[in-house]
Amino acid sequence: MQDSSARKATDDRATHELFENVTCPFCGMLCDDLEVENRDGALKVLKNGCGRSIAGFERKLPLSRPQIRSKDATLAEAVKEAAALIGKANNPLFGGLATGVEGMRAAMSLAERAGGVVDHALSEGQYRNVKVLQSAGWTTSTLTETRNRVDLLIVVGSDIRKLHPRFFDRIVSPPDSMFDVTAPKRTVVFIGEAPEGAAANGPQVGDTVTLPCKVEQIGEVLGALRARLRGFRVNGKTAGGIALAKIDALAELCRQARYGVVVWAPPTLDVPHAELTVEQAMGLVKDLNQTQRFAGLSLGGNEGAVTAAAVSTWQSGFPLRISYASGAPHFDPYRYSISRMLMAGEGDLLVWIASISPDLSPPSTDIAMIVLGTPGLKLQQQPTVFIPVGTPGVDHAGRLIRCDSVVSLPLKNLHRAELPRVGDVLASIEAAL
Amino acid sequence: MVIKLSGGKVYDPANRVSGEVRDIYAEDGKIVAAPADGRVAQEYDIKGRVVMAGAIDPHTHIGGGKITIARMLLPEDHIKDEVARTDLTRAGTGHAVPSTMVTGYRYAEMGYTACFEPAMLPANSRQAHMEMGDTPMVDKGAFVMLGSDDYFLRQLAAKQEFERIKDYVAWTMHSAQAIAVKVVNPGGISAFKFNQRKLDLDEEHVYYHVTPRQIILTLARALKELGVVHPLHVHGCNLGIPGNVESTLATIRAAEGLPLHMTHTQFLSYGTEGDRKFSSGAPRVAELVNKSPNISIDVGQVLFGQTCTASGDSMRQYAIGKSAHPKRTVIMDIECDAGCGVVPMRYRDKSFVNALQWAIGLETFLLVEDPWRMFLTTDHPNGAPFYTYPHLIRLLMDKSFRNDMLQKINRDAAAMSILPTITREYTLDEIAIMTRAGPARSLGLRDRGHLGLGASADITVYRDNADREAMFATPELVFKNGELIVKNNKVVKVTQGATHVARPAYDRAIEGPLKTYFDRYHTVRMENFKLTDEEIIDGDRGSIVVQPTRPRVS
Repeated sequence: MQDSSARKATDDRATHELFENVTCPFCGMLCDDLEVENRDGALKVLKNGCGRSIAGFERKLPLSRPQIRSKDATLAEAVKEAAALIGKANNPLFGGLATGVEGMRAAMSLAERAGGVVDHALSEGQYRNVKVLQSAGWTTSTLTETRNRVDLLIVVGSDIRKLHPRFFDRIVSPPDSMFDVTAPKRTVVFIGEAPEGAAANGPQVGDTVTLPCKVEQIGEVLGALRARLRGFRVNGKTAGGIALAKIDALAELCRQARYGVVVWAPPTLDVPHAELTVEQAMGLVKDLNQTQRFAGLSLGGNEGAVTAAAVSTWQSGFPLRISYASGAPHFDPYRYSISRMLMAGEGDLLVWIASISPDLSPPSTDIAMIVLGTPGLKLQQQPTVFIPVGTPGVDHAGRLIRCDSVVSLPLKNLHRAELPRVGDVLASIEAAL
Repeated sequence: MVIKLSGGKVYDPANRVSGEVRDIYAEDGKIVAAPADGRVAQEYDIKGRVVMAGAIDPHTHIGGGKITIARMLLPEDHIKDEVARTDLTRAGTGHAVPSTMVTGYRYAEMGYTACFEPAMLPANSRQAHMEMGDTPMVDKGAFVMLGSDDYFLRQLAAKQEFERIKDYVAWTMHSAQAIAVKVVNPGGISAFKFNQRKLDLDEEHVYYHVTPRQIILTLARALKELGVVHPLHVHGCNLGIPGNVESTLATIRAAEGLPLHMTHTQFLSYGTEGDRKFSSGAPRVAELVNKSPNISIDVGQVLFGQTCTASGDSMRQYAIGKSAHPKRTVIMDIECDAGCGVVPMRYRDKSFVNALQWAIGLETFLLVEDPWRMFLTTDHPNGAPFYTYPHLIRLLMDKSFRNDMLQKINRDAAAMSILPTITREYTLDEIAIMTRAGPARSLGLRDRGHLGLGASADITVYRDNADREAMFATPELVFKNGELIVKNNKVVKVTQGATHVARPAYDRAIEGPLKTYFDRYHTVRMENFKLTDEEIIDGDRGSIVVQPTRPRVS
């Protein structure tokens, strides 16, 4: 895939390229309005950067070579060794899966061939959503729709700014929006721990309301809100630690909304059975949609998590957590959680793919491990085989699917480093089996 | 390398061949004349067999976000239809919404060599093409959805110069890599975002103050003047509502002679007669279609069993959600562009409504006289999964079988249908028109859907069998571009089909205002919204066939 917007100037010693409309692969929002310069292989974000994208694009890559048992090897040797390990494994686990569409396609093909298990590093949060989807269904919105329409935003949980630094600026308070229905100003409600009230400001944000409670209590607050909206009495003066008067005030805000959106970042609802919190949030949306318009919006999708689930679903019928041990996909969202399997001593080889951020460390394990990682990937132990790979959208072109599961974006080759693509390495391993 | 298929009975209606015994030769992927020296590399003796061009499904939801949502929504529907990997083929799952590879294999094993995704949202076109890229065996293409996208509605509301609207329609076809344009509940998907729950043909959108009639006429005229061969593909107003036959008839009349393709009319041909205020409007629709040469239709036949409906019509799918089985639905508002609704459905032969839907579909098939303007679909997976086509063909070709089936359905529904009085049985010629020649002509596929010299050597060979269901379910041989890909109903070679697109001319100056619009309102840059050829060719290891358009006129 060509990068037509690259403007390249080369002399004898130095190269300088400027890239426009760059898609950032470092969070699930996939902002695509960045301007990035490459000067002698060092990238600098010139426009529309955020903490995550600057850290991601501008990170200096350490020198990294393929290794077999901590000794330097050629790529061909590492591929051969990886194929040998996969060939003799009875139950290989294909985890991490932080890669683009092409890498995920190759991972599915190899896992199928090897009779392995497929699961993404961030599945736990994503599965809070999948469980609700597969039991109750839901009504959702997307980033552009929310950006232009939302007049009441209810943030469930926190840490949105940490995981998706530009969400508030780009979606909640953009400089411009399409409909006068969003006038006069948008109201933003935060329910959860350490509400990020200050995160929501800007010309389009009017009131902000915070209902501080523990993550475990959010479901209760939402349940009480639903009950009050239906006209039921709620015993006591508080629910989930929030005064009922405040919940009633929120109910009134909901009734007044023209297009309300309930947003959450799945990794932050990190308590047991938080799918019930997601279910309450989606239940609120369902209740309100009977007479007015409301929608949910799940963020997340960092490290290619939404991409992995989408490719897995269209190729196998199931959103990850499948085993190909029988040759056909077998789906079990409990049994084929790779983190659970490793703790239970199941599986005899871990193939870990982490091509996007250096923080997606493989879990510590006693079983043999093949890692396809971005150079500098934090490792708690030396894997049996390590193969440095390029980051899609930085070292090579590719595609990722955004957090809302609708939009996918093309990723440019910014010519940072000459590193092989995950898809090509996995295809070579499959060919060598 | 020349291959020869000798002695088959050829049904090639585009070339007026009806069951004549002919030899067919193919070389380099094309149908060719008999070689002068008579030498052939391989000969297939198909004496007594029925030969047709590879079948074409002009309306099947095979790729795109809503289909993957449907796959994800119903894990239990895949269970017991898991497909293991073989040395040749990839693993996957089937039933109502099969995985991509299984979709390709099963279509080919049923004699189909081309499938068209009818509801690609511009905002989701990249993923739709990626999924089609993972659908092997068949050629594919997609119709891009317009008519509820805010850019178009703003242009229409502002009474923008018509040539600029045409530029936008053409630009969207290019940027989404589409072969045709579909409108779904015209304006209604957008209206639902403003909490309108119904939008009739002449009802105004609360914000834009335009009507479905205006939207349909604008898009239909734009496509005609752009020279796009396939007419505007219309999923009309009021889908699924008793009484919607009135808006369907009014839509056909509204066309004022402009070509329209009315899709899955079964879901849009409901009357309000009888005790239950639900009756067949099929005879009235068929009568008007018969009198309207500018109109083509497909049926969206309902067949009994579990399936999953998936549509861009978020407004109507939200309402239909109360009938979901199992009780879980997904509704989405999408990108100031479109929407979607995924509603699982179990059609039961003992249900009055479902049985009447079944009868309405069959009445439509049997009462519309011209098979060139009628395509065989179940609107996969909305009426039924595509594997049911052979059963449907038997229902159309075999009156006694049809009457036997009629005995099994809800008695009240059977009593209300005129089906028992219809004696028509489809002929093999008519089936070949409905499943090959007609869709190819309507979509502007110059070299598909027929077996004339120069056509693509996509050929299906059936054993002649009085049980037409068995015959069409198990083709003996299927060739794609002259290569044998299916033998005795099993894939023997995996191949990657092409992606068909149409590229009407437009003034590139449209990108000026479009870029401003994207920069102001969207979360995707215009430059990244556009899907490049390289993504399909390199990214998906596919190929592109640009089908011809007529010259643009004003």
